[in-house]
Amino acid sequence: MTVNKAIEALSLEVVNLSDGDRNIQSGYSGDLLSWVMARATNGSAWITIMSNVNIIAVASLLDLSCIILSENAEISEELRNLAIQKNINLLRSEKNSFQLSFELGKLL
Amino acid sequence: MSETIQFHYDVDGENFTSAGEASVQIKQKLRQLGFTPDIIRRVSIAMYEGEINMVIHAGGGVADVFVDPESIKIILEDHGPGISDISLAMQEGFSTATDTVRSLGFGAGMGLPNMKRYTDSMEIDSELGKGTKITMVVNVPI
Repeated sequence: MTVNKAIEALSLEVVNLSDGDRNIQSGYSGDLLSWVMARATNGSAWITIMSNVNIIAVASLLDLSCIILSENAEISEELRNLAIQKNINLLRSEKNSFQLSFELGKLL
Repeated sequence: MSETIQFHYDVDGENFTSAGEASVQIKQKLRQLGFTPDIIRRVSIAMYEGEINMVIHAGGGVADVFVDPESIKIILEDHGPGISDISLAMQEGFSTATDTVRSLGFGAGMGLPNMKRYTDSMEIDSELGKGTKITMVVNVPI
């Protein structure tokens, strides 16, 4: 499933979309950056409430297909700009991480 | 690529925003040099964790990466407080990070264990009050 299709199916807010055709191969949910760094796999959609700028480096290093911020986590201009600069698909939803994981999981 | 290529980075200890920048750059270099995704992933994780550690605990430091076709060596050196008990620091879940750092999603006590897990060798030289030098090697299967 592509990021574009996930945006539509899950009614996600687009913060930055650099590559909507990117395929979502799997998913990972978690907020501890080192844990995510060690466990999430290439191409995964990452669902998290963590919205500091360091999430961009994690997504970039792991080649994640997108980050989905849950529970309308606050987005700074710095985060938005960094996502644009590093070509990271950054999305947001009012749903919590469980709901997003459940709904995305059904679609993959 | 037949000779060793060296990359040098200064890791800014004051700037949490740019933490991980050196790792991202190394990842791009390794990709350009044609290393496999698995090797790139392992180097990226190990170096990122090391870089974050230097920012969190040591006020920054330097990273040198030596790349040749058989192996990738990462040397991270800082002049921070040093590690008082290395075997304790190596335990998953042990961390001395502050609450502020934890609120950013770090300080889970996974840094050093991840570095060891994703590399073929890791040596830690640390002296209290002087600093820490970590040498990690990822071997490239031929």
